[in-house]
Amino acid sequence: MVKNFLKNLLKKLKFNPFTKKSHFKLGLYGPPNGGKSTLANRICQDWLGEELSSVSHIPHETREIKIKEQVSIKNRKGKELTFSLVDTPGIATKIDYEDFLKKGMKKDMAKKRAKEATKGVIEAIKWLDNMDSVVVVLDATKDPYSQVNITIIGNLQARNIPVLIAANKVDLQKSSIDAIKAAFPQYEVVGISAKYGKNVEEFYEQLFKIA
Amino acid sequence: MVTFQFVPYQDLENLTSAKRINKLLNIVKDDKIVIMEGRLKKEEEVDLIEITMEEISPNFKGIELSVIYPENNKLSSLQKVRGAFANMLLGDRQGLTIIGPASIVKKIEKNPNKIELFTKEVDSKRRRKDKG
Repeated sequence: MVKNFLKNLLKKLKFNPFTKKSHFKLGLYGPPNGGKSTLANRICQDWLGEELSSVSHIPHETREIKIKEQVSIKNRKGKELTFSLVDTPGIATKIDYEDFLKKGMKKDMAKKRAKEATKGVIEAIKWLDNMDSVVVVLDATKDPYSQVNITIIGNLQARNIPVLIAANKVDLQKSSIDAIKAAFPQYEVVGISAKYGKNVEEFYEQLFKIA
Repeated sequence: MVTFQFVPYQDLENLTSAKRINKLLNIVKDDKIVIMEGRLKKEEEVDLIEITMEEISPNFKGIELSVIYPENNKLSSLQKVRGAFANMLLGDRQGLTIIGPASIVKKIEKNPNKIELFTKEVDSKRRRKDKG
């Protein structure tokens, strides 16, 4: 009886000393088209040999949460880390279906995509509380001082969720890791190209620090 | 023509988070650009994005949002203490929040203590407003 009481109490407190810390939820967050799904695919390809999400140059390709359970990675010392990888829709403050028309979509499809995209943003925000650690994926060719970036990172900080910033697209000449480091000096920033796999070994090493 | 509406801190300080966000969004949905004294709490900022997404329609395409806030690490210890004391007495009035309808405001650039607001009504290269 005492055993069950303690078990239920620990469950209510969401604390179980017998649960492996390695089974944590790792979220990929960021603005649209930063490369979250490309990074999710890179991780899944490297460690599971399969992809998780479809990617596109049209924003809001990921419009619902995608989860890959039991992703196990190893670092250079052979230490293993297992987590559930959560790819989230890009967080935006505006969604205009006409932007999709400009990308060649038909009106009905564009409106449907816009509607789904708004739901995706809401879903991504609601999932913030479920995350144990988060990789914020930023496009290193873009201005890092956008309010969406600041709001996402500020909310993760307020929730005490460990953050790693992935400065993605460093293969592009316009990219600047230094600009991202200057904008968020309190966080570890790792420059990667999720598309070409550049510096992903360092990225995997850094994941162990936020686990 | 672009209309700015100033929202002083005292207009919001006694409102609940939900009412505060609704008040700001209603001004924006009226095609005005909000200049708010102070800033929302971090949780309110994310709630603002969430509620904005819920309200998106063919007539309301979302918001552009920017906050200027003095960087704590650039302040001296005395300034930090003075700021904390003032916040305790008067509420956190520091900073400035700008919220505009996405149909009018194309983008707001912050770098980091200057705001440049680009509207859709004029050539995107012209600056409508430059706060230094």
